[in-house]
Amino acid sequence: MLTADGVPLRRSLNRALRRQKLRAMLLIAPLLVFVLITFLAPIGDMLFRSVENQIVSNTLPRTVASLSDWDLASETPPDETVFRALAHDLVIATELKTHTRLGSRLNYEASGMSSLLRSTGRDVEDFGEDLSASLADLDPVWAEPVTWADLLGDPAWRAEHESWAATGQRSGAPAFQPSATALTALPRTTEIYGAFARITQEVNGRNLMRQDPWHLVAITLIEEIKADPAAAQAFAGEHAARLAAIAGADLAQADFTAAFADSNDRWITPTPWSVIALYAAPYTPGYFLNAVDLGKTPEGIAPRPADEQVYIMLFMRTLWLSLTITALCLLLGYPVAWLLANLPARQANLLMILVLLPFWTSLLVRTSAWKVLLQRQGVINDVLVWIGLIGDDARLVMINNQLGTVIAMTHILLPFMILPLYSVMKTIPPTYMRAAKSLGANDWSAFWRVYFPQSVPGIAAGCILVFILAIGYYITPELMGGARGVFISNRIAYHIGTSLNWGLAAALGTILLIVVLVLYWVYDRFVGVNNVKLG
Amino acid sequence: MAEEGLMTKTDGDEFVVFDGVQKSYDGTTLVVKDLNLSVPKGEFLTMLGPSGSGKTTCLMMLAGFETATSGEIRLQGRNINTVPPHKRGIGMVFQNYALFPHMSVAENLAFPLEVRKIGKSEREQKVRRALEMVQMGDFGGRRPAQLSGGQQQRIALARALVFEPELVLMDEPLGALDKQLREQMQFEITRIAHDLGITVVYVTHDQTEALTMSDRVAVFNDGRIQQLATPSDLYEHPANSFVAQFIGENNRLMGTVTRIQGDACIVRLDSGDEIDAKPVNVIRVGDRTQISIRPERVETNKDRLRDGAHTLQAEVLEFIYMGDIFRTRLRVAGHDDFIIKTRNAPDQIRHQPGSMIDIGWLPDDCRALDAPQGT
Amino acid sequence: MKIKTLLGATALATLPLSAGVAFAQDLPACENCADSMVLMSWGGAYQASQVAAYAEPYTALTGVTITWDEGSNEAVAKMRAASEAGNMTFDLVDVEGPDAQRACDEGLAVEVDFDAVLAPGTDGSSPTDDFGASGSIINDCFVPQIVFSTTFGYRTDVAAWNGKTPDSLCAVFDLENFPGMRALEGRPKKNLEWALLCDGVAKDDLYDVLSSDGGVDRALAKLDTIRDSVVWWSAGAETPQLLADGEVVMGSTYNGRLFSAIEEQKQPIAMLWDWQVFDYDGWVVPAGLDEARMNRVMHFLHFATDTQRLADQAKYISYGPARGSSQPLVSTHATLGIEMAPHMPTNPANQKNYLVNNIEWWADNQDEVEAVFQNWLAR
Repeated sequence: MLTADGVPLRRSLNRALRRQKLRAMLLIAPLLVFVLITFLAPIGDMLFRSVENQIVSNTLPRTVASLSDWDLASETPPDETVFRALAHDLVIATELKTHTRLGSRLNYEASGMSSLLRSTGRDVEDFGEDLSASLADLDPVWAEPVTWADLLGDPAWRAEHESWAATGQRSGAPAFQPSATALTALPRTTEIYGAFARITQEVNGRNLMRQDPWHLVAITLIEEIKADPAAAQAFAGEHAARLAAIAGADLAQADFTAAFADSNDRWITPTPWSVIALYAAPYTPGYFLNAVDLGKTPEGIAPRPADEQVYIMLFMRTLWLSLTITALCLLLGYPVAWLLANLPARQANLLMILVLLPFWTSLLVRTSAWKVLLQRQGVINDVLVWIGLIGDDARLVMINNQLGTVIAMTHILLPFMILPLYSVMKTIPPTYMRAAKSLGANDWSAFWRVYFPQSVPGIAAGCILVFILAIGYYITPELMGGARGVFISNRIAYHIGTSLNWGLAAALGTILLIVVLVLYWVYDRFVGVNNVKLG
Repeated sequence: MAEEGLMTKTDGDEFVVFDGVQKSYDGTTLVVKDLNLSVPKGEFLTMLGPSGSGKTTCLMMLAGFETATSGEIRLQGRNINTVPPHKRGIGMVFQNYALFPHMSVAENLAFPLEVRKIGKSEREQKVRRALEMVQMGDFGGRRPAQLSGGQQQRIALARALVFEPELVLMDEPLGALDKQLREQMQFEITRIAHDLGITVVYVTHDQTEALTMSDRVAVFNDGRIQQLATPSDLYEHPANSFVAQFIGENNRLMGTVTRIQGDACIVRLDSGDEIDAKPVNVIRVGDRTQISIRPERVETNKDRLRDGAHTLQAEVLEFIYMGDIFRTRLRVAGHDDFIIKTRNAPDQIRHQPGSMIDIGWLPDDCRALDAPQGT
Repeated sequence: MKIKTLLGATALATLPLSAGVAFAQDLPACENCADSMVLMSWGGAYQASQVAAYAEPYTALTGVTITWDEGSNEAVAKMRAASEAGNMTFDLVDVEGPDAQRACDEGLAVEVDFDAVLAPGTDGSSPTDDFGASGSIINDCFVPQIVFSTTFGYRTDVAAWNGKTPDSLCAVFDLENFPGMRALEGRPKKNLEWALLCDGVAKDDLYDVLSSDGGVDRALAKLDTIRDSVVWWSAGAETPQLLADGEVVMGSTYNGRLFSAIEEQKQPIAMLWDWQVFDYDGWVVPAGLDEARMNRVMHFLHFATDTQRLADQAKYISYGPARGSSQPLVSTHATLGIEMAPHMPTNPANQKNYLVNNIEWWADNQDEVEAVFQNWLAR
């Protein structure tokens, strides 16, 4: 269709609307940005954290690479190459203090990994001490840090470093540059010395010429020269002679397997290795498996040991208690909402203030007030004892258990049930009940057949609101629930604040989010979101 | 036959009785003051009045949603003051239809049958018949929200009738409809009520509705029945100035009675002119009175008046052409809201604004009523 | 144990003070320093003692604005989050020893060169020696302030005890003679040690048993015997409140909290010092501060941990100063006027039996044991 001047009508309309749309967009832009930053971004971050696992491959790159040949189902630990790679990774990790975090990470999957990595982290810098000592025995120059810098460093860098040292400055040392010769003739030695140099200079801010290289550098040098004595000839002058001396000397072979076994005999069992191999991938379903009491094993996904199975139970408890709270809120709130909707305005306003009163009191104050009421020496027990209903030695336990959580949360969430109910009931004209009665229905069937069905949207809105709020509740179960009345959210808070297992917290949070979304979907299927009236 | 007729009459005259009924909500003022009314079986009685006149309260007391503060309401001779609404067996049509939105039309209609534990097949049959009665046979499966206002009205009517009550109450049932539909429904409701022989108590504030539909009309004002009469009596012979003013269009002139002779009297208007009138509720010479003349009974042609009839000078202020009639506004005896209506006929004069004419009327058409308080 | 030295020093506290020691030494100027600081601490009476003993005096001397963040119970989590976000929002963090160990292990805290940064003792000792005298140097990141203990308090008016009073830790596990609810921290540390001690394990074997297979389970089994009579706390203020309300008849908490309840609020509560567990609390400097902030923090540390400041803190709370040289300066309570020495955990009468938190064992095993304990608790 065309407009009078021959432009397609649709395009003309779009042009006319574009300005309006732009203006509308500008109006909501601040909120949109706010929501993106404060709501969607954290949720995205949470989803990412729940699968992110780069710490293993970042901390132990060589170990992970060399473990790929090892059979997961093997009954024996991997061979010396893998031990060497782990030593290499661990020396760097302990210098960077990342091995403790890796230990914590792996400990989420298998108890014992944390202490294993921490204790070995303390020992690993001494691995091969005797070998580097024997090198120094062979020629004392190897005990001089400068020897290594001269051998492996680029001559130009060395000169630059010397002139820097001459200024007496403490910072701003030129970063280590390997020489081309060293890189081709002794690639592995150069690489590990390079790592040592980088950490010494950049991380620790020390002078490279005053720090003894790791034993691992010496061990690697010995191995490379022994394996290829000709490499010595690539170097000039005294370096060639020194290297040739190493090639000819009778030096012991490094045995990392023994060193690790000596540090902790768990290393010569396949367990820690399979944990590293299973969780080597940069992204892992491990946290989600953990969140539902499962774990990866060499044989596949399997339930966790019985004493670690806790999350399914907590999810079920959260759902069950939330359902109970929702049902109680409905039971208590429905008559109140009905009264509110049907009382004359003045009384209704007074009642409404009473309903809203809890909203004007801080959550913590209300929860604490419940504590005072419900505890053993609390008001309710005192009254019951005073009127002789219970004995002083048989006071009711209404707090630090599930009952406490249910009572306090029902009270706190009640307004969230009453308000949607009220707003729906307010729109049901009293003539429906009159009509039903005039048609011959008694009070009950008029209510049940006519009034109740029309209040269902309010019930649905109230229930879903209360339920969703309840399953995410944290403070009240924490204060009222004791050990057995806590919710999954308390566990999430524990993992965020105390155990620092943020990946698991994120996975649990994601599951909670999914549960809410699924509930919402089910609700939409059966009740219809359009029927929800919140006010 | 005669005996049966007599019996029916006695029984029927006492079908619904309000006996000294009073109603107060707050304990200080009466909304309904001493209501006495009896409705015979089969009658279509309308309670007409402005809002706040007590008519709806009366209906609600009859339905059982309000209780009388004192007095007695009897249905077929039985005191129903303490009978709950659902046991009264009275059908009711509400102002906003009150169709249950969560039920289909058929379910709405089946509802009163279900609560009466009527079997399924009979129920379906009655629902079908009721739907056909209101010509909505095909709409059983729809929801009320899918129907137009007029259709909802028919369904509400059908639902009030489906359980075959002998008495049906209607509370301004046509208030929400547009004019054309309203007229059509007025006709239909009376037809159905007549066909079924049911007794209807109908509440409205629309006098046209009251006049066209009812056997008798009770005009309510200030908690009292001002006049209970057939529509024509009500129009032709309003018993007091309120009724005269409330029913139909009416010209008012204020004056004082100067002479009464049988069913005629002379009234001196406040302007000094004297006119003939029929005394209705003036008793003696000197009474203040409000003269009431229907606009269509004012005569401008002197030839049609009897000899010696008083006439008044009037100035034409406005002439309005309304199609079927002409409406002319005059200044008469100092009042400039005096209206006359004349039929649009070829020989009819169209009065020019500014011209002076003489007007008069038959004494019977000019009723000397009570003077409203404060005049 | 080095605690012995500390105890010896505390004993000196009753001697009259020599006049000169009480004066603050001259504070060196601070160059290229930030003019405000955010300190993270525990809130409550403890933070108040810090404010009174060194934050306010420091502000008075330098004009530096000090803001407090009461987030220390989740200090490591907050440091890690701030570190990941690349925006360290606090300059100095008050933590317990094990958290300091953790922050240091993970590189979240920087190492502090004691002898370069901190003030020497008023007795002339080097900072390393002065802090070393109380055994409070745990690692290179941790600048200790106080030594505190976790111990039990009990109500003195429990009718059901028929006049008996608990004189040993194992009364906690004795429901028969001492019925009633107990308050314990909802964490494994200390609870496991106490359970094993009352299950017949000798002090020296504790960590060997805990390290062995089934060691933790054995401790949990002992705790299972009283589990239904335990209220688990997470903040140290809960136990005094529960005791005062009569909700529990005995409970563990920090000795300073019990001191407040007993001496300041005059509650019918008594201390059960048996097998108190010593721990240290102090500062760590978060990694990732710029130079000006770092300079300011180091300058503050120099002042806030000198001999007199640490001794002053003990006027406000019954925790022992972490410096040997501060011990003789510990005097009377700032408002109550009572001698503080008998209320110090290090008082000889209070430490017939005691444990010192084994930081290394806990650093290594915290993750494992904590997970097991929390699972046990949740079931």
